[in-house]
Amino acid sequence: MSDIPGDLKFLSSHEWARVGSDGAITIGISEHAQDLLGDIVFVELPEVGQSVDAESDAAIVESVKAASDIYSPLSGEVIEVNVLLEDQPEIINSSPYEDGWIYKLTPADMSELDNLLSPEDYSEVCED
Amino acid sequence: MNKTALNKSHIELGAKMVNFSNWEMPISYTSLIEEHNAVRNTAGIFDVSHMSVFDFNGGDQVAFFEKIFANDIKKISQDNKAIYGALLNEEGGILDDLIIYHASGKFRLVSNCSTREQNRQWYEKHAVEFGVKVIERSDMGILAIQGPDALNKILAIKGIDDQVSNLSSFGCLFDDDKLYARTGYTGEDGLELIVPSTDINNLWEQALGQGCMPIGLGARDTLRLEAGLNLYGNDMTLDNHPYESNLGWTIDMSDENRQFIGKEALLSIDQSKSQKIVGVILRDKGILRAGYEITHDQGKGVVLSGSYSPTLQSSIGLARVDNGYKENGKVIIRNKELNIDFVSPRFLGQGKISL
Repeated sequence: MSDIPGDLKFLSSHEWARVGSDGAITIGISEHAQDLLGDIVFVELPEVGQSVDAESDAAIVESVKAASDIYSPLSGEVIEVNVLLEDQPEIINSSPYEDGWIYKLTPADMSELDNLLSPEDYSEVCED
Repeated sequence: MNKTALNKSHIELGAKMVNFSNWEMPISYTSLIEEHNAVRNTAGIFDVSHMSVFDFNGGDQVAFFEKIFANDIKKISQDNKAIYGALLNEEGGILDDLIIYHASGKFRLVSNCSTREQNRQWYEKHAVEFGVKVIERSDMGILAIQGPDALNKILAIKGIDDQVSNLSSFGCLFDDDKLYARTGYTGEDGLELIVPSTDINNLWEQALGQGCMPIGLGARDTLRLEAGLNLYGNDMTLDNHPYESNLGWTIDMSDENRQFIGKEALLSIDQSKSQKIVGVILRDKGILRAGYEITHDQGKGVVLSGSYSPTLQSSIGLARVDNGYKENGKVIIRNKELNIDFVSPRFLGQGKISL
């Protein structure tokens, strides 16, 4: 739990959201999620300009074993994707909270943040 | 849930455990890709004690296997050898694939975990007319030690008969109730040890001490896929006959007098019109998965097994396709058409064990 950066908010399905100083939201998956998935070998990124809805699928992360939908913690418009993941998807394994971010969006409704879990609540989800 | 004799060791090694046909088994210990590469480059050890083991006692065992097994047991019944083949029903559907070992006049059979009950009943039903007694060996465990360094490491293990180094591919020998065989499911050299569960922990610890990496079922799947080896339930099922499942080579009709179960049904199949299993390499980014649809100039098909190949560093799969395919085709992944090449299912040309 001490490994989870305090500025993140989570979905129980293991995605995190970070509010940037410019108001943009960065989204990725948790340390726990990358550990569950194992070696990540492919990421299907959303398209810049695409609209995503909160708790709907926005990207796909594939490990050797299986494909997993990535749900967007917030609604909004995708403004940037982490193109490094196209050739080095394993960055998500090594740095899930920093270099392994997946996409950024301009939020449609900041109040949706209130629906997300704090790091403390999320780590309890992981222990279940 | 069922547990193997090594359950505690797996957990102590930090394995991720999964429910595999009601057995608690390790899917991986560290990284699936590292485990895969260890088997390709040095040596790895697998606990596959969930597989079903059967011995047979009395009666005319050769005649019994001649009837229930689509390959011809006579190929090995005079030797210390193993043979791979299929168990068919009357319609030619595949009940299971299995290996029958023969050494020192004894037969031992290893088949899949999920088909245990079905097979036991099938063997018992057909054994009666041959006076054969079917003995399920749930007291047995199975270790597979595989990789280019496997034999060297095995020879350093105390308690294993040195004669194993003289075994040829698919050769086997009994040492009391312990069976050692030069078989595997990875495309690499190595042995499978089918031994009493009470011996398993000692052998496992010694193998780890010799530097064999513990390998989970995740890497077992990518290893067998690269070697082009079928997985029952994915690449062959009761709804498929052997000719559309890459098993035509295991159907032995050379003895015209041999009436095995499923033979009549197979004789009525026009093999030239049958679908075939082919290897598929994805040429675009993405990962092939079971169930994805395939198209080619002359027809269509479906991915049966698909994954990422750590050796080829791209996605590969086995697919069942209509006849008439040429070098390439398309696969549909999430409504997008991506490019695939059709290749031999033996993705690794250098695989040392040929079934």
